[in-house]
Amino acid sequence: MEVLPTCMDVEHSRVYIDQLYSNDSQKCFQAVSELKFAVIGSVREKGSIIEQGVVVRLLQILRAPELDILLKTEVATVLNSLAKGLPEHAAALVQAGLLPVLWEQLESCPSGGSGSAYTQMLLCCLRSIYRQGCAPPPPAWDQKLLSSLIQHGYHPPSNQECVANILAHACKVSRTNEQQQQLVDAGGADLVACLLCSPVSRVQLPALHCLTAMCFNNERVSSIIATKSYGGKAVPDLLVGLMARDRPRDMQLAAATALTFLHRAGALSADDPRIIYKTLQCLVRMCRRDREVWERVEAANTLAYLTEVSTDLQRTAAMTDHLIHTMNDYLKDTTPPNASVPQGISVSPVSCRQYDNPSTWPELMVGAALKVYASLGANDEDIRQRVIKTDVLMNTIVTSLSAASPPVQLAAVRCLHSLSRSVHTLRTTLQDHVVWRPLMTVLKTSNNEELVTVSSSTLCNLLLEFSPSKEQILDQGAVEFLCGLTRRPHPGLRLNAVWALMNMAFQAEHRVKVSILHHLGTDQIFRLLSDTDVHILMKTLGLLRNLLSTKGHIDQIMQCHGKEIMQAIILILEGEHSAEVKEQALCILANIADGDIAKSAIMSNEDVLKKLMNYMVIPNVKLQIAATFCISNLIWNVEEGAAERQNKLREMGVYKLLQNLMTTTDTGLFDKVKTALQQFH
Amino acid sequence: MAAGSGRHSASPPLFPSVAAQDAVKSLYPMVNEEETPLPRCWSSKDKYSFIGLSQNNLRVHYKGHGKNHKDAASVRATHPIPAACGLYYYEVKIVSKGRDGYMGIGLSSQGVNMNRLPGWDKNSFGYHGDDGHSFCSSGSGHPYGPTFTTGDVIGCGINLIDNVCFYTKNGHYLGVAFADLPSQLYPTVGLQTPGEVVDANFGQSPFVFDIGEMMRELQSRVRNTIQTFPVPDTHGQWQSMLHRMVSTYLVHHGYCATAEAFARSTAQDFDEELTSIRNRQKIQKLVLSGRMGEAIDTVHQLYPGLLENNKNLLFMLKVRQFIEMVNGTDTDVKTGAGGGGGVGGRKMCGGSPAAIERMLHFGREVQHMSQVLKIHLGKSDQNKKMLQDAFSLLAYNDPWNSPVGWQLDPLQREPVCQSLNSAILESHQLPRRPPLEICVAHTRQLLTLMSRSGLGSCAFSSVDHVLGGSPLPPTPPSAATTTTTAAATNALHHHHHHHYHHHHRHIHDQ
Repeated sequence: MEVLPTCMDVEHSRVYIDQLYSNDSQKCFQAVSELKFAVIGSVREKGSIIEQGVVVRLLQILRAPELDILLKTEVATVLNSLAKGLPEHAAALVQAGLLPVLWEQLESCPSGGSGSAYTQMLLCCLRSIYRQGCAPPPPAWDQKLLSSLIQHGYHPPSNQECVANILAHACKVSRTNEQQQQLVDAGGADLVACLLCSPVSRVQLPALHCLTAMCFNNERVSSIIATKSYGGKAVPDLLVGLMARDRPRDMQLAAATALTFLHRAGALSADDPRIIYKTLQCLVRMCRRDREVWERVEAANTLAYLTEVSTDLQRTAAMTDHLIHTMNDYLKDTTPPNASVPQGISVSPVSCRQYDNPSTWPELMVGAALKVYASLGANDEDIRQRVIKTDVLMNTIVTSLSAASPPVQLAAVRCLHSLSRSVHTLRTTLQDHVVWRPLMTVLKTSNNEELVTVSSSTLCNLLLEFSPSKEQILDQGAVEFLCGLTRRPHPGLRLNAVWALMNMAFQAEHRVKVSILHHLGTDQIFRLLSDTDVHILMKTLGLLRNLLSTKGHIDQIMQCHGKEIMQAIILILEGEHSAEVKEQALCILANIADGDIAKSAIMSNEDVLKKLMNYMVIPNVKLQIAATFCISNLIWNVEEGAAERQNKLREMGVYKLLQNLMTTTDTGLFDKVKTALQQFH
Repeated sequence: MAAGSGRHSASPPLFPSVAAQDAVKSLYPMVNEEETPLPRCWSSKDKYSFIGLSQNNLRVHYKGHGKNHKDAASVRATHPIPAACGLYYYEVKIVSKGRDGYMGIGLSSQGVNMNRLPGWDKNSFGYHGDDGHSFCSSGSGHPYGPTFTTGDVIGCGINLIDNVCFYTKNGHYLGVAFADLPSQLYPTVGLQTPGEVVDANFGQSPFVFDIGEMMRELQSRVRNTIQTFPVPDTHGQWQSMLHRMVSTYLVHHGYCATAEAFARSTAQDFDEELTSIRNRQKIQKLVLSGRMGEAIDTVHQLYPGLLENNKNLLFMLKVRQFIEMVNGTDTDVKTGAGGGGGVGGRKMCGGSPAAIERMLHFGREVQHMSQVLKIHLGKSDQNKKMLQDAFSLLAYNDPWNSPVGWQLDPLQREPVCQSLNSAILESHQLPRRPPLEICVAHTRQLLTLMSRSGLGSCAFSSVDHVLGGSPLPPTPPSAATTTTTAAATNALHHHHHHHYHHHHRHIHDQ
């Protein structure tokens, strides 16, 4: 078919476009009306009108204060129609500066006159733009603007639908805590509670999506929303009503997601029947084979989030409706041929367009199932064993680790991480499937921070001393890699890296310890010891403690690095740290005092000795025990030079101190003091 | 108004007490318990000797040796689960797991060996507490759910549409355990070691699991199936059929103007001429106002031969005419008194001696006719009784308050009117009963047939719901009727009261 060139159209058949620019408002109105009929229902026509730059003129009309409201309404109708075209069309409108004009016009509309046709059309137009998923949030989230938008949302139903959609999409684009709070402050929570009670599903669904976005990860907002009510029913109860089994499925799913987010943000507890019975059962039901693919993926993702933390929810989910088996279906490529793409507002703005390409569905399903397995197996060993026994799971994890897209890789690592919490699994299945190999590849090649964080956590478990993979991982240059990780800016990565090194150093051979010290370097140890994250500090001290164990290793290491290590310990003991941190430092000293040659590092340092004496009398039993233990090691009888050391310490008043400590009521301390005193001749 | 509402609230709350009395029945409103009683307790006969029952046959305890599986013992409920339940559910609370907790909960057919746990034999299905396995007519189980023990509440549900069985534990849904179930299954529990005690709840108390919501889901599924059931429509035949259903209904009942308008706007052929409807309407009006003599004359005149060919109908009309004469409505003298009137001042034949004379004469005519009919058409008990009842009116001074006084009620004119109308329509080759009404009646009949044939969907299909949009289960229908009637009565009271009040004030103003 031959398509006439656009310019010819303009020349010959679109006289009304010229009339748009007329100063005669009558003629102009006529032209806009004709334009309206031309663009309604024709994507081609919409595109051509936008291309011709007519939008600029239309916006001009909207802004002209002297022009008639009827004309402006007609113009807004045309713009709404254009916005409903292809996503590119909506993007072009935004590009042309449509949004600021619409907001400005909406603000000038009296909020009492929400029913006016002009206001309604402005809102429709905004709604159409937002639903195309290409628009930024309202300018600067201006409080006044938000309030007036929300005021317009109560009446009539067409406004309800528009405002619910605008808010739902706006929340999607930016859901920082501040913005969520702003929405609630502007009356968003009250409006949403009201809209949930609408009899129209086109209003209820976007209201649910909006509520979900407001609650996401926001404790304060969630607790406010959970106490809102409408028509005498609290929001959580309204949500349970919308989740009932005879409601449309997309509605059930959206309501279950909202309740999940309320739970995760702490507004509803895990043992609340609305969560552990209603929400959980609804989501598991939505995973069944007879549902649409997109519903199953959304439901499984939400279910994984719901059950991520609570052991009770994990146990209940694991026994509900054969969930572990159902998830296994997800791993096998069994997408039914007649599966359909979600329509319109069924799917939340956050996941819209995610299901547009059916060829990605199998991967989405695998990712969702792995996340569910990760959550289910997080804490309970029985569940973990049932999960591991499902068909193809381990193969899926291994292939997903090496071949899949980052989100699926992440899901696979999460799942592996959960499974690696089992000693039994570490020794059997994980070893059989050589999972460390793809895991190391991910660690070495990925620059996705979240992925590397979870992977390094998993590596920590694989490096535990009873894990048979430990040696093989070491051979792969894990030490060098982990030491490198400790230098990364992301605190989670640093923590996992030190943690893994700590596990690696536990009862390790001397060469491993040397390798760690070599690759880490004392400078880096100092840096880690002054890390602002106390967890990193603790694990670094733990690493030192593991390095400095068994006499031979202690002496060898202290010979090479004694000065720096002593410096580091003094740094901690003198710093502003909690008792737990100082206790770790004292324990390292006690280890050093266990060496033969290493003892001198302490004995020759009067400052350290005085510090030890000081900790012996401090009103903290744990620190007293640690310091006494260190002294006890220093003066241990059978060792060479013991008498000399005893004399020195006796001179310093340690013996006296110990005698005084015999009056302690703490049995732990008493035992240590008694042992120490027995060493003195 | 105030007085009316006061009286209403003082009356006992009928609805809750009815519901409480039969909570079991209210779960399954479509079940006709006269045909298929619901299981309400364990059977004291259909059980193994090692089973003891107590607490109205709801509690089961084990009283055997419990040495090995040969000491297993089961009990069935008193009745099988009726298909018309649609979705059936019962719960069992484990009061004590006893020595080993070898308890099985499930379903079995009549005749399955009771010296066994449910699930071990053919047509027997069970979920066992000690290992959490499900047993589907087999001695070896499959991993199914968690184990269960003292304090747990296990629910067993059967979906009679899909023929699958599921379980719940403490209100959590465990998923389908068995599919392709046979019909006529009984709730069954089995115990095997000393000290095992379980309590059943067949719906007498609220369930731990929310079965109502599952019912509503099935209900909406069935309704959706019905609503979206495809009707092949080639060349608009379906639509013209529907048009004919509507128009035949209108014609049948003589909604003349409506029928005409409908026929015009749907471009239908008008089978019966307008005049015919008008004629029938005229006749109906006469019959319903008790002017039987005129009605009979009109039929003779408009439909010659109709009554001659249908002597029994003519006899019925004549008997009714006799009754109306007693009533004082069918007289030559138009008194306009009508059938109603004052309570005390009512006299036979309107109190006119001439009318009484005519009535007696007419009575003899009717009796003669009855004898002729007997000779020509044979004996008819119906005709005999009709005549006897009518003549009995003469035996009382005040026939209206006599045991046979019901005949004088104007409502009794309606069946006569319908018979006559149907006969006229039939003589014109039109159905005696409008197809629309037949369709509704047919559907109702099909639902009862479905129930008898074990098709569970009948539980969630309701003609009334389709027609009136009235709520269906789990509202008990009897209670619902009561409420509606009460509301209607109340509304009537209210209306009456208001009228009276208004009237009173009017007088006062004057």
